[in-house]
Amino acid sequence: MLDATQSAIAANRFGLGARPRELADIGSMPREWLRVQLQGAAPLLSGAQLEDSAHTLARALELRHELREERQAPASPGTPPQLQRVAQLLRPVYVSEAGARFAQAVRSERPFLERLVQFWSNHFAVSVDKPLLAGLAGSFEREAIRPHVLGRFSELLLAVETHPAMLLYLDNHLSVGPHSSLAQRAGARRLGINENLAREILELHTLGVGGGYTQGDVTTFAEVLTGWSLGGGRGRLAAGEPGRFLFRAELHEPGAKLMRNTRYADGGFGQGVAVLNDLARAPATAHFLAGKLARHFVADEPPPALIARLAGAFTASEGDLATVYRTLIDAREAWEAGLAKYKTPNDFITSAYRGLGLPVEEGAAALAPFELLGQRTWQPGSPAGWPDRSADWDGASALLKRIEWADGIGARLGSRCDAQQLAPLLLGANLATPTRTAIAHAASAGQATTLLLAAPEFLRR
Amino acid sequence: MRHLRRRDFLQLTSLTAGAALLGTRLTLAAVSARRPRFVLILMRGALDGLAAVPPYGDRDYAALRGEVALHAPGAAGGALRLDDTFGLHPALGFLAESYQARELIVLHAVATPYRERSHFDGQDLLENGTVRPHALASGWLNRALGQLPPPQPRAAGVALGQNVPLIMRGSAAVTSWSPSRLGAPDEDTLARLTDLYAGDALLAGRLADGLTAATMMAGESPPAEAMASAAAMGPAGAAPQRAAQARYAQLVQAAAGFLREEEGPRVAVFDTSGWDTHANEGAAEGQLASRLRALDEGLALLKRALGPAWNDTAVLLVTEFGRTVAVNGTRGTDHGTASAAFLLGGAVAGGRVLADWPGLAPRALYQGRDLQPTLDLRAPFKGILAEHLGVSARALETEVFPDSAAARPLRGLLRA
Repeated sequence: MLDATQSAIAANRFGLGARPRELADIGSMPREWLRVQLQGAAPLLSGAQLEDSAHTLARALELRHELREERQAPASPGTPPQLQRVAQLLRPVYVSEAGARFAQAVRSERPFLERLVQFWSNHFAVSVDKPLLAGLAGSFEREAIRPHVLGRFSELLLAVETHPAMLLYLDNHLSVGPHSSLAQRAGARRLGINENLAREILELHTLGVGGGYTQGDVTTFAEVLTGWSLGGGRGRLAAGEPGRFLFRAELHEPGAKLMRNTRYADGGFGQGVAVLNDLARAPATAHFLAGKLARHFVADEPPPALIARLAGAFTASEGDLATVYRTLIDAREAWEAGLAKYKTPNDFITSAYRGLGLPVEEGAAALAPFELLGQRTWQPGSPAGWPDRSADWDGASALLKRIEWADGIGARLGSRCDAQQLAPLLLGANLATPTRTAIAHAASAGQATTLLLAAPEFLRR
Repeated sequence: MRHLRRRDFLQLTSLTAGAALLGTRLTLAAVSARRPRFVLILMRGALDGLAAVPPYGDRDYAALRGEVALHAPGAAGGALRLDDTFGLHPALGFLAESYQARELIVLHAVATPYRERSHFDGQDLLENGTVRPHALASGWLNRALGQLPPPQPRAAGVALGQNVPLIMRGSAAVTSWSPSRLGAPDEDTLARLTDLYAGDALLAGRLADGLTAATMMAGESPPAEAMASAAAMGPAGAAPQRAAQARYAQLVQAAAGFLREEEGPRVAVFDTSGWDTHANEGAAEGQLASRLRALDEGLALLKRALGPAWNDTAVLLVTEFGRTVAVNGTRGTDHGTASAAFLLGGAVAGGRVLADWPGLAPRALYQGRDLQPTLDLRAPFKGILAEHLGVSARALETEVFPDSAAARPLRGLLRA
C-alpha cells in the first residue's frame, strides 16, 4: 500500500502523469526511478525540423529590414502591416516548437527531467506576446535551458542572460551607457540605459524580491549590463553575426562599479559575468530557488525546514542542480500522501495525453487545448512566468473548461478507452472509492473517461 | 480650474471626512433605491500615468518627457484638454467625452502604499489592500463583498476570466466566467460530477458557482461586436493584438451582461495588460497609444452594453504603480511610483481632476526620478465602497483595509 502511494507520487507529482505501465515500472523503487532520470544529459528535442535562434532571428531581422525599405516606396494596397508580416513569418516556428515540446512531454521516459526543463523555462520566463519572441521562445528553451538543467546554476544563468531571446524580451540589447563611446558620439541625442533586464535578474532570476538590493543596485547593474546585445544591426551597429549574442563595447558604460557593496573592476563583458556569478552564489538566491522548487514539487506553502535543506544543498554544492534535485527526492515532505498540488492546465493536458495514450496532433491542432484551458505555451504574459499556487488555477470557469474538454475527449474516444481499467493504473493508491464507483457506474464508456479526467484525484498531483 | 490645488484638496478631504459621520444612514437608503454596480479594471504592468493623463501645463513636462511628450491641446495629435494643467492622451476619446458629460473623475499622482518597483509585489499589495505584499491571501474587494448590505445574490462578484484574481479571492462567494468554445456536457454528466465532488469542498463550490454563471450567461445573445472582430482575426496568434482586442470586447460584454441581471453579481473585475512600456512607448501614436485606444473603445462598449444600468455604475481603473518621469535609453520608461487612475460611470460625480499635484521639478520627484504620490489609492477605494456600495466605515477600517487610518475615505466621488 505504501509502495502504491509512493509510485503514484513519483509518476504524478514529480513526473508529468503516469502512463498506463508507469506505476508498474516504478514498482517499489520510486526514488531510484527518479534518480536514474538525472543521469546523462537532457535529451535534445528530436523528430522536428527545429531551427536555432540565430537563424530564425536573422530571418526576422532581414524581413524587418526589407519592410523598412518597402515603406520608403509608395505603399501597395493590401500589404499587411509590418508587424503582421513578421508574425506570419514566426507563427509556424512557434507552432512547431510548442508542438515538439508537448510531444516530448507526452512520450518522455524521463518525465521528471522534462518537468525540470519546464520549471526552469518558467523560472526564466519569456512571453510570446512580444512579437519576436514567438520565433525564439522554443529555441531559447532548447538552447539555454535544456542543456543546463542538470548542471550548475551559474552556467544556466549565464546561458539565459546572454541568450538573444532574453536580451530582446527584457529590452537590454539597445540599453546604452550614458558615458559609452556611442553615447559620446551621439552627443545631444538621448541615449541611456534600460533597467528592465537588470531588475528582473535580481528580482525574478536570482535574489528574489526582498533579497537585498536597492534601486541604486538595479541602476548600477543595468550599467554593468550595457553592451550585452545582439549582432547584425545596421549602419554603425552592423558588427557581429546576425541573431547571435554580441558584447558591444561601444554601448558599454565604462568604469568600475559598486553594487551590493562589492566593487567590480572595469572589465567589459567580464564585469557582468562577475556580477552574475556572485548573484548565483548569494544565500538569498539559494533560498529563493529552494522555495520555488519546494512550492512546485511539494505544496503551495512548503515547509520552511524543507526550503532550508534545499538551500543548504544548493550552497554546499556550489549550485549543482542535480544535487539539489537529489535532496528533493530524499525529502520526506515530498512523499507525504495527499494531493497537495492542483495541476496547472499544462500539467492537466499533458497527464491526460500520457494517461490515455492520446496521439499529439500535427500542427496548430496540438496547441488548441492549451488555448482553451488558459495556458498557452510560453505565453505567461510577464517575466514572472506562470504562477504556481492552486488559487491561481482553480477558478470556477477554469474548472468548467476542464470538464468541457474532458467531455470532448470522452466523446471522441468512446468505447476505445476503458476508464475502469485505466483509473487504478494512472492514479494508483490515490484512486478513491467515489471516483472508482462513479466510473464503474457511468452511463457510457465516454462518460467514464470524462469522469476519470475530471476526478478530484486527476485534477491534482 | 477644476483640479484642486493642495490647500483646497486638504480642505475637501477634511470636510467630507466630517460629513461621513453623519452620512451613513443616508448612504444606505440611496444604495437600496438604486442597485449600484461596480466594475474594477486592473491595468497590469504599470500604466504610464504621465502619458495617459499628460500634465501639459506643467513647465517641466515637455523637456523631461522628450520624445514621448504629447503636444498641448489644439496642436495636431495634441492632448485632449481637461483643464489648464491636464489633458488626456488623444487615444482616449471616449474618456474625454465622459469628462465633458461629467461622468469621469481623473485621479492623478496616486499610488498604493507600495514604494518598491516590482510589478508582482506591487500588484499583490494593490489587490490585498494592506501595506505589505503577501500579507493576506484574500483581496480587499472580496472582503468588501462580505460586508454588502442584504439582499445578496449567491455570488456577489464575478471575475471575467477563467480564474479569480487576488483582489476578488476570499471567503465571500464569487464566480468567474469566460467564453466557452466547447459545448457544455449533458446534464447527466454534470449531475454525476456534482455527486463526485460532494466530498471535495473546493471543487463542489467551484462547480456550483461555474454552473450558476454559465446559466446566467446562457440567455445572452452572442456579443456581436466581439464575434465580428473574432471572425476577422483568423488563426490565433496571427494577429495577437487583434485577437486580444476581440477577447477584451467579449469580456466587456459579458461583464455588462452579468451586471444587468437583477439577481446577478453587483461587482465585476477584469484584467488588462500590455502597460509595461520599457521600449518604444510612442507618443500620440505607437505602442501605448494602441493599448489606450483599445481600452477606451472597450469602455465605450461597456457603457453601451450596460444600457440604463450605466446610470448606477461606477468603473474604476487602477494600476500597480507608475513609470519614470524621464524617458530611458530605449524610448520607453522604467518602473516608477505614482500614476493616474480613472473613475467613470453614470453614478460618478465627474468632470473633475482630483490631484494634489506635486509638480515635475527635479526636487519634487520621488527619489529624483518618479512622480511623487500625493494620494493613497485606498482613500478613493474606501470612498467608493462606502458611498457607492454601502460598506460601513467600521468594516472599511478593520476587515477591508486593515491599518489604513492614514488613508481617510475620499468622499463625494459619486452623485448624491
